[in-house]
Amino acid sequence: MMKEASVKDLQKQCIELKKKVISMIHKAQSGHPGGSLSAADFVTALYFREMNLDPKNPKWEDRDRFVLSKGHVCPIQYAALATRGFFDEAVLDTLRQEGSILQGHPDMKKCPGIDISTGSLGQGFACGVGMGIAAKADRKDYRVFVVLGDGECQEGEIWEAAQTANKYQLDNLVVFVDNNNLQLDGTTDEVMPNINLGKKFEAFGFETFDVDGHNMEEILAVLDKARVSRNGKPKCIFAHTVKGKGVSFMENQCGWHGVAPNDEQYTQAMKELDEQLAALA
Amino acid sequence: MSEVKKATRDGFGEEIVELGKKDNKIYVVDVDIGKSCKTGQFRAELPEQYFNVGIAEQNAAGVAAGMATCGKIPFVVTYAVFGSLRMCEMIRQEICYPNLNVKIACSHGGVTPANDGASHQCIEDLGVLRTLPNMTVIMPADYYSAKKLVAKAAEMYGPCYLRFTRDAVPIIYDENTEFEIGKANLLREGKDVAVIANGDTVCIALKAAKMLEQKGIQARVLDMHTIKPLDKEAVMACINEIGKIITVEDHNILNGLGSAVSDVAAESGKAVVRRVGIQDQFGQSAPYERLLEMNGITAEHIVELAEELVR
Repeated sequence: MMKEASVKDLQKQCIELKKKVISMIHKAQSGHPGGSLSAADFVTALYFREMNLDPKNPKWEDRDRFVLSKGHVCPIQYAALATRGFFDEAVLDTLRQEGSILQGHPDMKKCPGIDISTGSLGQGFACGVGMGIAAKADRKDYRVFVVLGDGECQEGEIWEAAQTANKYQLDNLVVFVDNNNLQLDGTTDEVMPNINLGKKFEAFGFETFDVDGHNMEEILAVLDKARVSRNGKPKCIFAHTVKGKGVSFMENQCGWHGVAPNDEQYTQAMKELDEQLAALA
Repeated sequence: MSEVKKATRDGFGEEIVELGKKDNKIYVVDVDIGKSCKTGQFRAELPEQYFNVGIAEQNAAGVAAGMATCGKIPFVVTYAVFGSLRMCEMIRQEICYPNLNVKIACSHGGVTPANDGASHQCIEDLGVLRTLPNMTVIMPADYYSAKKLVAKAAEMYGPCYLRFTRDAVPIIYDENTEFEIGKANLLREGKDVAVIANGDTVCIALKAAKMLEQKGIQARVLDMHTIKPLDKEAVMACINEIGKIITVEDHNILNGLGSAVSDVAAESGKAVVRRVGIQDQFGQSAPYERLLEMNGITAEHIVELAEELVR
């Protein structure tokens, strides 16, 4: 853990990561900015404070695991990994290019720091559960952090995995739900209402925490609680988020699910993020 | 070939216990049909290596993948139809694509679940799974080869699909026969026609070879227990030395062993292949032997085809 990072440090780091996300998607002219931005705050908290990692030894056996079940938002994970030193930041410019370690969806065989390949929605969670079971079986202390999209929770396998986490009492498992209320074809309410999504996790035996997914202080407080709560219950941090958060014209627009900004939009987005950085200085 | 019959799922169930005792990284991931898939002894003797994730096959594949990233060697155990088709995309995305060391061990292959009916018979699995990169696909012919090949699958690194029979099939080998994944076993030498079979049809091929001998036709019989990677060398030897091949399988004739052999034959441009297998149709509740008959998977049919080819 990198506990020395202050709330303000993390807020700044989050904006720096968002800038990298916008840059790499702009450069690639392909990728998923909306969900990358909604997940940015808690991904920052995980990579720059909470998780126990060794960038020089990405396969370290006792590391915490990170499973990006909503694999399409990998730009935010790539930005975090590069900034933590898992690979050179210049590599970010190769996103989605032929031969790149930064595939369109995370590839554990190519990119250091990726603990499981994901991309097909609904599947990463079960892998995280398998990792949590292995940790318990080996009596190891590492934890597993899983990021789910709210749209992704429409997949049945999510609930198969949830019941398994409950059965094996995986209190070493922390699931973030990036509840941004949007999916590719529209709002979750239009496409398939996620009725009482947070309550569902509770009903599946999870200890659940509601959090403003863009309030760093709240995120850190909830991570502190989840860390010490070894009560046999898996944790669900239900993060209320805004898709596209931090770039005005992307916020709450499902059209920005998987579209790259053009030059003008790129300049505007970077300007807004720089202003947010300046305001924190 | 002895008169003794035993289901190959029993060979799996016994061997996995031995393997689990020797290596505590070997896990069993069950989906509530453990009793039927013969993991009961493993569960009783090695409870810390045993996980039952309920009637949730997709999840089972993912859980196993996650375990494999932590150095475990999980065997997901279910019926062939669920282990191949219900879990198919999870096997592709989370096991084959990252090339993880997960084994899918399935009972109820082919039409061996006979009276369970078409929903539980599985005639598509070997074909579907052999198209996944990084996957090894195996169907042992009898109890002893099941034990040996399960051990070999545990030894090798990477995704592996193993298919067993629900019903008892004749014992062909003894406990001293050696097996190598990707290497066919030559069961009978012959110069007139080659019969390449796998799984529960190997004994039918052997029976046909005996009948052919009575008619003065010498058949070479190969047990192609590994359909992928296919033993191309053994197939090429049949092509070059005989040129007439009959494939036999308890699987759809589309995309199974017959297709795999035909790929090699077509590229060589030098052999004639006849495929015996399920005629691209679903089964029904019926005796196992009847289901084979309905699809022409009989020694008599093999003999007929061989005579045609040799003539």
